Amino acid sequence: MTISHPSIVEKAADATARATPASLARHVRGLSDRAIAWLFIAPAITLLLAINIFPLIWAVYLSFTNYRANRPNAPVQGVGLGNYERVLNDPDIWQAMQTTAHFVFWTILLQTVIGFALAYLIDRKFRGHAFWTTIILIPMMLSPAVVGNFWRFLYEPQIGLFAYAVSLVSGIPTSDVQMLGNVSLAPWAIIIVDTWMWTPYVMLICLAGLRSIPDYIYEAAEVDRASPWRQFWSITVPMALPFIMLAVLFRGIENFKMFDMVTLLTGGGPGSVTEVASITLKRAAFESWATGRASAFAIVLFVAVFGLANIYVKALNKVKQR
Amino acid sequence: MSAANTAHSVVEPSLNSKRIAGTIVVLYALVTLIPLVWIFLTSIKSPPDSISYPPKIVFTPSLEGYCNLFTTRTRQTPDYIASLPAPVGTCDEVTRKRNMVIAGPSNFLPRFVNSLVIAFGSTFLAVFLGTLAAYGFSRFRVPLADDLLFFILSTRMMPPIAVAIPIYLMYRELGLSDTALGMILLYTAVNVSLAVWLLKGFIDEIPREYEEAAMIDGYTRLQAFRKVVLPQATTGIAATAIFCLIFAWNEYAFAALLTSGEAQTAPPFIPTIIGEGGQDWPAVAAGTTIFLIPILVFTILLRKQLLRGITFGAVRK
Repeated sequence: MTISHPSIVEKAADATARATPASLARHVRGLSDRAIAWLFIAPAITLLLAINIFPLIWAVYLSFTNYRANRPNAPVQGVGLGNYERVLNDPDIWQAMQTTAHFVFWTILLQTVIGFALAYLIDRKFRGHAFWTTIILIPMMLSPAVVGNFWRFLYEPQIGLFAYAVSLVSGIPTSDVQMLGNVSLAPWAIIIVDTWMWTPYVMLICLAGLRSIPDYIYEAAEVDRASPWRQFWSITVPMALPFIMLAVLFRGIENFKMFDMVTLLTGGGPGSVTEVASITLKRAAFESWATGRASAFAIVLFVAVFGLANIYVKALNKVKQR
Repeated sequence: MSAANTAHSVVEPSLNSKRIAGTIVVLYALVTLIPLVWIFLTSIKSPPDSISYPPKIVFTPSLEGYCNLFTTRTRQTPDYIASLPAPVGTCDEVTRKRNMVIAGPSNFLPRFVNSLVIAFGSTFLAVFLGTLAAYGFSRFRVPLADDLLFFILSTRMMPPIAVAIPIYLMYRELGLSDTALGMILLYTAVNVSLAVWLLKGFIDEIPREYEEAAMIDGYTRLQAFRKVVLPQATTGIAATAIFCLIFAWNEYAFAALLTSGEAQTAPPFIPTIIGEGGQDWPAVAAGTTIFLIPILVFTILLRKQLLRGITFGAVRK
């Protein structure tokens, strides 16, 4: 088991395929290898160019204009960097970015701690561990939108199971367990659902990390009479760290884009306490129809994710090389 | 020497620690399952039972949720209902008890069929294109291969809403808005990056000597690909297909923004199921249950390949 993530983790992996020996090439009838290579790769690349890159370039263009998608016939004027200036000076957008950062921080922290702990326990290989691991993995395979919508029902103060359980354990009356209606609780309602869904994801990657640690290292530590605590901090955690960091990277990118669950649980409310960047973006693009400004915001977001991910990957590579 | 005082091997956890670990994990798993069990239980409750307090664990099962999910109903006077002929089927019966008659089918089935068509269509295309590209990257010296692979992966970093604006405009121009074809192409583009990465890993593991031997025997490159590589890669292709299917099945953001009627899939539809006076929770739960079943089956089938799929093959098992 190795980490090999050619583009993100180590940009140059084993991609450079060895060419077929010249003697063999002569046996090939019909198309040359080079032609076949392009024939095979071109369709996928073409589709990505058409449905990912072309729209992205279009978004860059739109971000410099005052275009509004609900008025396709109005004349389009260039506004230079005006949209970017507005986006970067908009307190609402900074608020949304802060809310997003808040979500990313807490979800990753909770998911990493719980996920790693679970992986550590499952790694004890108790009886039936394979079965229970499969059970734990179920939430992450489901649709965040569909399941998130049902969580709204669980959170209902008067009738929901969640409020009932909290009230049963803590004695707080259910009418006070307003998870989605209370300004200070609503963000946590989303963090709880996200943690419920995605802890298994982190757990799975941590488990791979723990299983990659060779037994002889623990045997050597045992010979040196290292305490279990010492073994945990000097062997287990450092050896599993690249895996944990990889899980954090993938979850971080995903949660930065968080949209479906928030839309269905709170829709950004109450007020705008759970309004994450994607929701602000959706409002600007599909409710205010400020296409140009929304495009500028989209580009800012993409650059932010891309930049942060790249910085993070550099750190990850350093950890791996230790 | 140091292991002399322990009965087990130094790296094998003791029976006691296994037992504690097992208990905690099982408890966590059971708590994690509660929302899912609750979805199923709610789907077989009658609407009054579903919103009673405290939440009912013991109740008389009812098919009302499923009936409400698949039909639209209109309210009638008791006199009118009494004048009707005997109810046909269970749904008719439960509906009439609430002073309503079935007016026709609901939109759930068409939305569910949309989900099936779009998910399977895009999966087929993504796996087809992905297999070709993965073979190309795995076996040939492609100029700038690393950059191309990175480019393919980076398309997944974009927030869906960010590309949704220009895609919305593009689809409006091309007449692809709210069409199954448009959604299939879109999901194919999103999934092809995963497919290329996963399948490249699987194909890299097939020794190239197999094809070389086949080519010495007189096969062309394409024949060798079809008759030697493809059969060897079947497991990888199947696993990749299921991952693509799960993504397309669960996707919400694009579906919510780019479809509204004709091509709407189940994820944006299920939350809109309304009964009298708000969300009809048994019907929502019934829709959710039906929608989740295929994924539950796939999770169980896929558990061994799961790690590779969710990490783009970055962690190999």
